[in-house]
Amino acid sequence: MTDSAAVANSAMAETGNSHHGEHPPYQRHHFETVDQQFDATNFAMWLFLLTEVMFFGGLFTAYLIMRNWYYQAFVAGSHQLSIVWGTANTAVLIASSFTMAMSVWSAEMRRKKSLLVYLCLTLVFGLVFLGIKGIEWHEKWEKHHVPGVHFSVESFVNPQSDPAVYNEYHDAPLAPDMAQKTEEYFFLYFAMTGMHALHMVIGIGILVFMIFRARSGAFTNGHVTFVENFGLYWHFVDIIWIYLFALLYLISRH
Amino acid sequence: MNEQHELEHHVVSPKTYIIIFLALLTGTALTVLASYIDLGEWHIAPGITLFWNPVVNLAIATGKMLLVVLFFMHVKYSTKLTKLTVVSGLFMFLVLVGMTLSDYFTRAWGRW
Repeated sequence: MTDSAAVANSAMAETGNSHHGEHPPYQRHHFETVDQQFDATNFAMWLFLLTEVMFFGGLFTAYLIMRNWYYQAFVAGSHQLSIVWGTANTAVLIASSFTMAMSVWSAEMRRKKSLLVYLCLTLVFGLVFLGIKGIEWHEKWEKHHVPGVHFSVESFVNPQSDPAVYNEYHDAPLAPDMAQKTEEYFFLYFAMTGMHALHMVIGIGILVFMIFRARSGAFTNGHVTFVENFGLYWHFVDIIWIYLFALLYLISRH
Repeated sequence: MNEQHELEHHVVSPKTYIIIFLALLTGTALTVLASYIDLGEWHIAPGITLFWNPVVNLAIATGKMLLVVLFFMHVKYSTKLTKLTVVSGLFMFLVLVGMTLSDYFTRAWGRW
């Protein structure tokens, strides 16, 4: 109770005996109380997030297996990523998680204006994240590091041809067969960051929808379930990035 | 008493969110810093070596994950059902990944 306030949700808590009693318009009739409705939706959202954990878990597992098999190729591949951009994007995404958490708080406090401000900030941070990701992807395209399209192992069989990376890491040249495996690294890099970015794009779409609805007071009438559950989704996407940053960018710095 | 707790919708204060936000940024700074330092390795047994860099890296990531889950995602203030769901989900995830990896890493398949 020191750092937060517990707010009794509504008068409905005591009147669970009547189906036709007074209840807020957002309470569905198959729920006895608003709290029961909130808990049920919250539980369902978590079940959905667990399926997402399993989905990304498959990608992470594939990454760990491949990294173990083709270790040198994966180290050389990850040296191509910019830790500066990666760190910036991590900070941006953490900031967007914070503003999302504040959106939930604003909805709970029924503060429409601050809800709109925080939702818009979350949207802006999300777009900045995608923008930085786009810069990074574009660089991969220019360096022929997009798997399948016109992939080139030049940076890996002849590291000196890539002075910016070579001057930082001084990687030894890879044997041609191992250098081929950097394509596996970039395949997983694009699959994982791409799937993550797709989740961001979906989240941004829902955010725009929420901003429009919030303008007419949709989430500041005591019904915070939608904002709360979207927050769970947004934070989940943040967590995925925390691990992507650790595994794709940082793990092979040394 | 427990019933009373579950009937209340817990509002987490902005102060908590700000502290967690700063902690997450600190964690990010620490993990980037640690990745620039060679933290060495531990030779557990002949042929088995543990490198500390990835261990520290993943430990900090997991710490950040726990902060997000407990506070931003309100699991600390949630019902027992939600807590059980989250913990069992993570446990199942670790079982699946752990068993898959232990299979792959103890066989010589796939090597070129």
